[in-house]
Amino acid sequence: MRRVPAARVGGGALVFALLAVFPFVVHAAWIVNIGVITVMYAGLASAWNLFSGTTGYISLGHAAFFGIGAYALAITFNHVSGGGGYTPFYVLPLIGLGTGVVSLPIAWIALRTRAITFAIVTLTLFFMAQQLAFNLRGITHGSQGVAAPLPSFSVSDFDRPFYLAMVGVLALAILSYAYIRSSKLGLMLLAVREDEEKARSVGIRTTGVKLIAFAISAGLTGMVGGVWAYYLTFVYPQYAFDPLILIGTVLMAFLGGKGTLWGPFLGALVLVPAQQYMLTRFGASELYLVGYSAVFVVILLFMPRGIVPSLSAGANLLRRPPSLPAEPDLGIEAKRAAS
Amino acid sequence: MTALLEIEGLTKRFGGVVAVDRCSFSVPAGTITALVGPNGSGKTTVFNLVTGYAQPDTGLVRLDGDVVRRPHPVRLARRGLTRTFQQARIFPQLTLVENLAASLQQPWRAIGRRAVSPSDRTRALQLLDEFDLLRLADERAADLSYGQKKLLEFATVLMAEPRLVLLDEPTAGVNPLLVETIERRIRELRERGLTFLVVEHNMNLVMRLCDPVIVLDHGTKLAEGDPTEVQANPRVLDAYLGA
Repeated sequence: MRRVPAARVGGGALVFALLAVFPFVVHAAWIVNIGVITVMYAGLASAWNLFSGTTGYISLGHAAFFGIGAYALAITFNHVSGGGGYTPFYVLPLIGLGTGVVSLPIAWIALRTRAITFAIVTLTLFFMAQQLAFNLRGITHGSQGVAAPLPSFSVSDFDRPFYLAMVGVLALAILSYAYIRSSKLGLMLLAVREDEEKARSVGIRTTGVKLIAFAISAGLTGMVGGVWAYYLTFVYPQYAFDPLILIGTVLMAFLGGKGTLWGPFLGALVLVPAQQYMLTRFGASELYLVGYSAVFVVILLFMPRGIVPSLSAGANLLRRPPSLPAEPDLGIEAKRAAS
Repeated sequence: MTALLEIEGLTKRFGGVVAVDRCSFSVPAGTITALVGPNGSGKTTVFNLVTGYAQPDTGLVRLDGDVVRRPHPVRLARRGLTRTFQQARIFPQLTLVENLAASLQQPWRAIGRRAVSPSDRTRALQLLDEFDLLRLADERAADLSYGQKKLLEFATVLMAEPRLVLLDEPTAGVNPLLVETIERRIRELRERGLTFLVVEHNMNLVMRLCDPVIVLDHGTKLAEGDPTEVQANPRVLDAYLGA
């Protein structure tokens, strides 16, 4: 077995213990509601990070898998009875598996492109998925939407099961990231991010490893979508395939620090409550958008690489002075002498 | 001598420019074969065609006597044919050991295992020692000097124990001391049975190290033979000095 520093495991366990205890301490429904949205975005951003953070391929289409997961849950319980209690949560792994499998051919097509083209292609695929949800009426009932099972939880703590389910998916995303990052798969994904041509030249099966990471990432995104559908009890195309979810997810991952374990989570933890607070406080005057933007500006100004990378760079700087290059580079002089 | 790599009638056009023109030659097993020629003579394009980074318009590539249909970098690397690039290519944010561990060709079933296993690390350190990079083992590759990056790149392609290595200007921009290290390593590896195809502009090195030498000009083979033969060939002199 691989050794993981005890402090990191302990720290992670503490974070999740605090997250899990939260709805038992705080009972105000509107706060727990913000908690659900926050943890939802944390899960989405962490799932996104699992592919885009490791490979450097910026996917703008992940929100499509959120929608697919949401529809999958709602449609499943239109055909199967037994929804209403905890059953939909137990089906989530299947939803994730299904979404992951569905994502494979899509990723295979999109991954024929790179860099900015990949971002645009995935964005296009997202809008195609949205259009399909509107137009495949036989399956999605078009703009009428699909009803998810009606939850039978008590009104006083209605949000709590959803909150905990979101925490569960988030934990799965963080654990998956940590595991992959420490495995050979993770090393290969980083090699792809660093220099894909070089990776190919040493025999790394770049397409295969990208597909695996994409499918896991899409599957987790689908699970978040499933919880969300059950929470809202109704799925409409414009909300299941929502560009705002897409933008929010990617922004939070960027602001928190993509390619880091806790960055996307931190990004969501800062931004979602800020957004919700601004919305309730200044929502009537639309000034809330100014406040929300101000949060972005402040973070970008002081931590341009994202919260986690900037903080750890700062901590390193305090700990030791910047290291000197290993050896003077005589290469240029040699070139000059040779010519 | 049997040919490890043979190319036959290889042609590649970029728009109206014929970069490689019905080029044929072979690389005998166990040799350090040089591919030389003036700038723009098509050496790097030949490398790209052979390693699958570009597809030929016509022509054949044979590895070990088998025709390689649609050359693909990953599949070829896994068959033992690997290359370096003109500009040293490495994984800058990874450590030297990680650079090497990533270059070990892993089977699918191993992808869940630890990124750098103790045996991977041992093998990496051994190779780093041979390239005088041992003390930098856990530094980020981005912090290396250009010459050291060249050495690291060379080391990465050796990780998976290839049979044929294509070196694209291994000593360009490298200080004389490191050139010696590279030369020594190439000789030692040849002794162990490796075959090299080297593109190089440093003619002194080519004459010392390589046999046979293949001269390309305008994408086609101009001359082939041992270094002294090639050096004496008037057509080669014309191509280099311009007639």
